[in-house]
Amino acid sequence: MRLNKYFERSLWVFHLNTGSCNGCDIEIVAGLTPRYDLERFGIKLVGSPKHADVLLVTGPVTGRMLDRVKRVYEQTPDPKAVIAVGACGTSGGVFYNSYNLSGSIDKVIPVDVYVPGCPPRPEAIINGVLQAWIKLEKLRESMEAAPAR
Amino acid sequence: MNKKTYSIPIGPVHPSLEEPMTFNFEIYGERIEKVYLAPGDNHRGIEFMGRQRNPIQIIYLAERICGICSASHPFAFCQAVENAAGIEVPERGQYIRVIIAELERIHSHILWAGIAGHELGFDSVLYISWRAREEVLDLLEYLTGNRINYGVFMIGGVRRDISEEQIPRIRKTLEYYKDVYGKIEDIFLKDPTIALRTKNVGVLTKEDALRLCAVGPTTRASGIKKDVRQDQPYSAYADLEVKAITPDVFSGEINGDVYDRIIVRLLELVQSIQIIEQCLENMPSGEIVAEKKLVKLLNQLKKAKGEGIGRHEAPRGEVFHYVKLAEAEVPEIWKARAPTYNNLMPWAPMLLGEQIADIPIVVASTDPCIACMDRVTILNKANGRKDVLTKKDLHELSVQKTRRITP
Ligand code: SF4
Repeated sequence: MRLNKYFERSLWVFHLNTGSCNGCDIEIVAGLTPRYDLERFGIKLVGSPKHADVLLVTGPVTGRMLDRVKRVYEQTPDPKAVIAVGACGTSGGVFYNSYNLSGSIDKVIPVDVYVPGCPPRPEAIINGVLQAWIKLEKLRESMEAAPAR
Repeated sequence: MNKKTYSIPIGPVHPSLEEPMTFNFEIYGERIEKVYLAPGDNHRGIEFMGRQRNPIQIIYLAERICGICSASHPFAFCQAVENAAGIEVPERGQYIRVIIAELERIHSHILWAGIAGHELGFDSVLYISWRAREEVLDLLEYLTGNRINYGVFMIGGVRRDISEEQIPRIRKTLEYYKDVYGKIEDIFLKDPTIALRTKNVGVLTKEDALRLCAVGPTTRASGIKKDVRQDQPYSAYADLEVKAITPDVFSGEINGDVYDRIIVRLLELVQSIQIIEQCLENMPSGEIVAEKKLVKLLNQLKKAKGEGIGRHEAPRGEVFHYVKLAEAEVPEIWKARAPTYNNLMPWAPMLLGEQIADIPIVVASTDPCIACMDRVTILNKANGRKDVLTKKDLHELSVQKTRRITP
């Protein structure tokens, strides 16, 4: 039986900290541990962007991380989705007007899903990942449908 | 025998690191010969931003220096401003501050225990302890409204009171932790494998700890009885019994190794529970904040002139804030020094001579919030070959070592 056509594959996630306060990062890890248990959806944190379908990006992108964020994005194979987690990743949040920050992630790489909150609750992060999943599957379908180049 | 070393750069993409860091190790065979540290990847210019905001706005900025120490930084900052402006915190406010700070210590130490377990390859420990940690987060949410970044500190006191009805709930959580503590102690201090992986690993001698100004559990594990709560009691700690904990209380000896740092943190869990219980018993009544009206408070701060310091024993060690007010809307200088900064240098003596597989647990043992190390490139200078070790490979190495040495 097919529960949902989007639940066919498991989703691998890479987590990238671009200078966040760590608040969002521990909430992401909390999302993986027994109370919230992201893994029951087949969502798994992986250690390299080359294995990932989704990038979970936190933080306001510091000067030195700027180039690295772009590189990690490029290393992630297509089709991919990017989730900006936290207020400082989506808009700069408390960290506005600094000389060393880009302000938000979408100024550096394209972002598909925004999860606001400072930090967002694990439930919100899980919801964000599921949103990205749906988007990703649609992307995959359209890629498959498109004639090979 | 020709002695060729190769270098391993680690970082800076470290998902759970407070400050993404770059390391460079010179390796000979499996042994670490040299350690280079290059912090600065997470530099957000917070002090600079602070100089453009008024002190009340800065509290929220201070809270977000670190999401795990989100009570410690505002605690120290508020003390610094109070010190500079001569504001007296009402007693009840002081007690509530201490309760929140100690709850934070419980959450932080349990988080650390889970990460230490993960680094050794005991993922079940990670899950057990993080499950246990959720209880204190629930309590913090119940008391302050937030799981992380509590937003409860205010210059001159706190923003939320703890009411009579809330106290049974706090006691219930403390009882829960007394139960869980036995389990965690069993896992960490009685398990032979953990002892094998952590005893005599990452040793920091007393001399080195003093010389490099280590702070917090890292220095206490090396036998130095240093604890701001004991040495310079501030806030409600002056009324409470707080003694710096060294590992000899438990094991009768001090080695300054990873094992000792585990002992200190676990004993501090119990200590925090006791401190909160003492607070609940002696909680004075009265106001929780010196000045309720924020506009009035801001006006008072605008007229204030002077320097102030604030110190607090955060879960990882002493956090220090310095503020200079100069009759202006914004502070003239704000300086924050977090404990991990002090605990960076001791990494060098701890890591020298250890194996690559020990890097995760040794680095994690100072609790710098490293949960993961991402990409490691092994550059073999002899043949120019480049192997990329991901965080997973590094973790694998660590897990394999656990398996190898387990009898
Ligand atoms: S959104 Fe808030 S909690 Fe999350 S990393 Fe940014 S400052 Fe920290």
